[in-house]
Parts: sequence; C-alpha cells; structure tokens
Amino acid sequence: MTTLLPAFRAGPLARVNAVTKLGCALLIALTLLATVDWVSAAVAAVLEAAALAPTRLPWQRVLPRLAPLGVAAVLAWFTTTLYGASSGRVWWQWGVIEISDGSVSLAVATALRIVAIGVPAVVLFLTIDPTELADGLAQLVRLPARFVIGALAALRLVGLFMDDWRALTLARRARGVADTGRARRYAGLVFALLVLAIRRGTKLATAMEARGFGAPGPRSWARPATVGWADAAAVAIGVAIAALAVLMAVVTGSWHWVVG
Amino acid sequence: MLGPSGSGKSTLLAALAGVLGGEEEGEERGALLVDGAPPTQGRGRIGLVLQDPDAQQVLAKVGDDVAFGLENLGVPPAEIWPRVRGALDAVGLEAPLGRGSAELSGGQKQRLALAGVLAMRPGLLLLDEPTANLDPGGVAEVRAAVERVVRDSGATLIVVEHRVAVWRDLVTRAIVLGADGRLLADGDTERVLDERARELADAGVWLPGRQPLAPRGERPGGAELLAADGLAVGRPGGPVVARRLELAVSSGEALVIAGPNGVGKSTAALTLGGLLPPKAGAVRASHELARGAASAPIRWSSRELLTRIGSVFQNPEHQLLAATVRAELAVGPRALGLPGVEVAARVDELLARLGLDKLADANPFTLSGGQKRRLSVATALATRPRVLLLDEPTFGQDANTWDELVQLLRELLDEGDAVVAVSHDDELAAALGAREWRLAPAQEALT
Repeated sequence: MTTLLPAFRAGPLARVNAVTKLGCALLIALTLLATVDWVSAAVAAVLEAAALAPTRLPWQRVLPRLAPLGVAAVLAWFTTTLYGASSGRVWWQWGVIEISDGSVSLAVATALRIVAIGVPAVVLFLTIDPTELADGLAQLVRLPARFVIGALAALRLVGLFMDDWRALTLARRARGVADTGRARRYAGLVFALLVLAIRRGTKLATAMEARGFGAPGPRSWARPATVGWADAAAVAIGVAIAALAVLMAVVTGSWHWVVG
Repeated sequence: MLGPSGSGKSTLLAALAGVLGGEEEGEERGALLVDGAPPTQGRGRIGLVLQDPDAQQVLAKVGDDVAFGLENLGVPPAEIWPRVRGALDAVGLEAPLGRGSAELSGGQKQRLALAGVLAMRPGLLLLDEPTANLDPGGVAEVRAAVERVVRDSGATLIVVEHRVAVWRDLVTRAIVLGADGRLLADGDTERVLDERARELADAGVWLPGRQPLAPRGERPGGAELLAADGLAVGRPGGPVVARRLELAVSSGEALVIAGPNGVGKSTAALTLGGLLPPKAGAVRASHELARGAASAPIRWSSRELLTRIGSVFQNPEHQLLAATVRAELAVGPRALGLPGVEVAARVDELLARLGLDKLADANPFTLSGGQKRRLSVATALATRPRVLLLDEPTFGQDANTWDELVQLLRELLDEGDAVVAVSHDDELAAALGAREWRLAPAQEALT
C-alpha cells in the first residue's frame, strides 16, 4: 500500500519533490484558512484547476477520489445557508432556520474553501510516495531520521492491520461468539487488533535494530532527496495562487480575517 | 543449535545479535563477546534473520529494503546500490529493485531478509528457524541461498532449527541445549546426532531417519457431510481467486487441500467453513451435518457453526480471545451453553491431550508458536464439530507435538468426523490417509 500506482508516477508532478508538494498544499491551505470570504476561495479554486489541468493525471482515477470533497462542499453549503450566522437582509425564516445575505455568502465561501483546500491535498496524497516523502522530510527539512524512518516503517504495517482486522472478525464467528453483543464484540476486536499491532511493532523494531537502525554514527541516504527546476516552478505556482487569492480578496474588499 | 522449545535458543541468538535489550529488560551475567567486543558494538558485523517472513521488511520496495541496513551504517550512497544488487544476486532473488516487498512469496521474503543482512557484509550470520513457516519449495530456496552466501562470504553461520535434515550437510558443528537451558552437547554434527540421538528425540528434534507414525490407508468415507458445487471463492470486495471447485467430504474422511502459494487454498477453506460467502456456486451441508439448520453454512449462526464445522486459522493469534489457556478452551463450550461440569471436563481432557496442562493459567499470547497452534486446534475440538478445517496445522511443531496432533486427528477420523487440512506437509497427508484436493492457478482452472 505504500507504493504508488504506476499511473500516478508519470507526468510533470512526478518530477516535483514530495516535500515541495506538501509545502505548496500547506501554503494554500493556511492562506485560505486566514479568511472566510468567497473571493479568495474562488480565485484559488480556479487557479488550481488551471495549474493542475496540464499535469496529465489519470483523471478517471482521480475524480472518484475527489468526489467526497464535492459531497462535503454541498453539505457544508446547504447547512451553512440554513443555519449560518445571520446578517444583512433576511430572505426566509422558519424556527432556527434563517436564510440571510450573511448566511448565503458564508455558505458559498465555506463550500469553495473546502474545494480549494481539498483538491491540492487529495492530488498531493495520490501522487507522493511515502518513502520519497520520508526521504525528503529527513534530508531537506532535517526532521530527525529516527522519527521519520520509524513512522515510515510503521506505515507499512497498516496493510497488515487491515488483513488482521478481517481475520479477527471471521475468527470470532468461528469461535461461536459472533451472534450477540455487537458493541462489546467490537470493543474486543479493537483491543485484539491493538495487541497484534504491538506485537508486530515489537518484532519490526527488533528486525530494524538488528540491521543497525539507531546505531551511533551518521546515517547515509540511498535515495538522495533533490530539488530542481520543477520544484522552483511548483513553488512559484503555489505562491502565485496564494498571493493572487489574497490580492483579489483585499482589492474587492471581501477579505475577512477569521480571528479578530 | 538444537534443543526443545523453551530451552533459550532464540534468546541466545538475540543476545549474539545484540538486540536483547538493555539492563531494565532482564538480567545479564557473564560476558558475551563477538570479535572481542559486546555485540551491541558490532552492528553490521552480525546479521540476524528471524522466523516470521512478514515481520522483517522495513521498507515497501525490495531495493530500498536491502539498502536500509547500509544507510544505517552510513555507507556512502555511491557504494549502496552496487552492494544491494550484489546481495540480491547472492540470494538469487531476481525481483526488480522497485518491486513491492509485500508481493513476494514467503520463501522470497526470507531471501529478501537474508539479502538485507548480507548487504551489510556480516562476519556472523544468525538464522532463527528461517524455514519454519515455509512450504517445501520455499525451504529449498532459502537453504540454497544460505549455502551460496556462506560459501562466498566465508561468514560464520549459526542456525536454530527443528528439522535437522535441512541443514545437516551444511553445518560442521552441533550445539544441543537442554530443557533447562544448559549445554547438553557440543561437537561434530554427525557425532552429536549419533551420541545424543535419544535426548534429541525426546526434545522433539526431527532427526534424519525418524520413523513417523505408520501411514493410515486411504479409507472410503461414510455419509456425505459437506459438498461444494461450482464454487468460486474470494475475499469480500476482492477478486475471485479460485473457481469451478467441486468437492465432497464424507464422514471419516481426511482431505488435504494442496497447491502453490496464492492459489486460494486458505480462502477456499474459509468459504467451506461457512465464514466467507461464496463468490459463485454453493457450499452445501448434508442433512446429517446441518441437523435442522440451513443447508448453506454461511447462513448458520456463529453458535450453530460450533458443533458442525470447526475452523483453525493459519495465524493462531487471530483466534485467541481469553486471558488464560484454560479460559480460551472454555469459550466454545460456554457459547454452547453446556453445564459447568461438562465444560471443565472437556477443557481438562484437551489440556492433557495436547500437553498444555502445565500452561493452563498462562496467557495464550505468551506461548511459543507451536503451542499456540496446538491451542487453536484444541479450541475447535472443544465443541466437537463434525467437520474440522485446519490451515497449516503442523507449522512450527516439533516431532513430538506433531505426533500428538496427528494422533488426535486420527481419532476424530475413527469416530466418523471429517478432517480437511490446507497443508504442504506430505507426512501429514500420509499419516491421515488423506485424499489430495489440488487447486491449480486460476488461468489453468479455466481451461
């Protein structure tokens, strides 16, 4: 599960370092979280679409993974329209439901924000290889290698945990205890998975230690993490998207600090 | 290194590898030196390969995984990749460097683990039952790879193993530990095997030329209990792994499900056992087996399964539910609502039969691999199912517990129950007088 589908390894995004991609997605997300207006989110969403369009991602595979974002955006739009903080002209009211100028614009801003933050995040996670990200975080960002490599190795166990969960469920049926007490059985399954996880983790830690992990002395890197022109271009595009979103929001007077 | 389970062989190997932990994790007396220094200072000089093929890959890709140890030792990047390729060549693993390590077979995973330590160019190679969880093909692969590696590198090899025949020609010296952890014998392999034959046999070591139980002739079964019609099997949400399976299992009959790795044997067993729904076709229980319940086992309640079909999984840890061995055995009988006296009687009988009585109050997770496997078989036997399905029941058993397990299965057959085992163990098939049901890879089965 920690290797990418071949389809996601092609195209210009594959030449961008995982750390750069993570940085761009974070930059856009943090910028858009500073304000709650619709202009900045709309500008960011449109520019992201323009930036991602030429990346030749396998869109038939990507779009289904973006679908949950669409659902979340529509739900947020709907509930914020009905229940969002009221201001300006009130169009309709029924009980606690109040549709006003304020709630309508807040709803649009929220829905667009989910799309503008979510799309780069989802595309990022589809196109980075965890091993490459770990290499980058340790070599470029200088996070402690022990921590990064440990987390990476643990990630490999996630696939095994899913198999464990299926087997544990079947095993309870085979042992005659799967007919009643659904809630308690679930708690038991979670506990059993935890026990197995600790046991697998301990074994893996031994295997890693036996191969010199945590030994004193400097560590070398088999896969040097490098940044190049593709990364410079990606950063420029990311900064441009964030800057244009802020600029347009300020110019149109719709910028609205979340705090303050 | 030979000896009964619990004699401390694995602990000694871990100490030699320097991964036994610090002072707070136990007591240490005396001195253990490798190359004149404590093993913890000899990282990279000492390589350790463990029993469980799934526990040892650190990174997702074959090449990265082999490179892991070199990175930890601080080997310059330019040197890393040639050494990775050299190590993979030495163990005969021809997978591309970018191949996912999870996609490998058990034997390939063990060779990958061997390549991972070999790349570090160790002077001491420690193998802890490296072939215990492998099928015969995997055992041969690993044995050949180790032989080549030891010959080419000149490293010292220490291997812990129950099955002497696998390594006999390769090793020059045998060390035997007793049940109390003391040294019983140390010397030339052939001489030790010869002089200590009785002690080794008592300790459950598989000696060459050992006479297994007399084969049980294949016998015609009685009334049909379980059948599969045009059955296709696969995990829920996953692809079909085997199709068009036809099968009938009768009372008193033993059947071994055979075939290469990944052909769907375990999935077929789970489907026959009423645990996974068929992808197509049907599993039918006869009237004699169903006794009033529906004809398809997947529609039975969990409790109805208990007395009809018992399933023993490949990994015993998945089936453990209780805090003590005794309570573990009582789970099934209690779920049936049996009176306390009856539950206790069944539990005591099984504890004695499978040599688990001294461990009655132990936590099941603390048992050795072989003991856990026997316990999971015993939990299924406790509710006396008419059909018993077992997935690799003889993995990790020493010669003595193997005999005991087989004896128990033979008694079930004599009483008219049916035994179906997924197994690569030819001796098991012979001892049970089992019919072989061989699954072929999906493409071949289609033709």
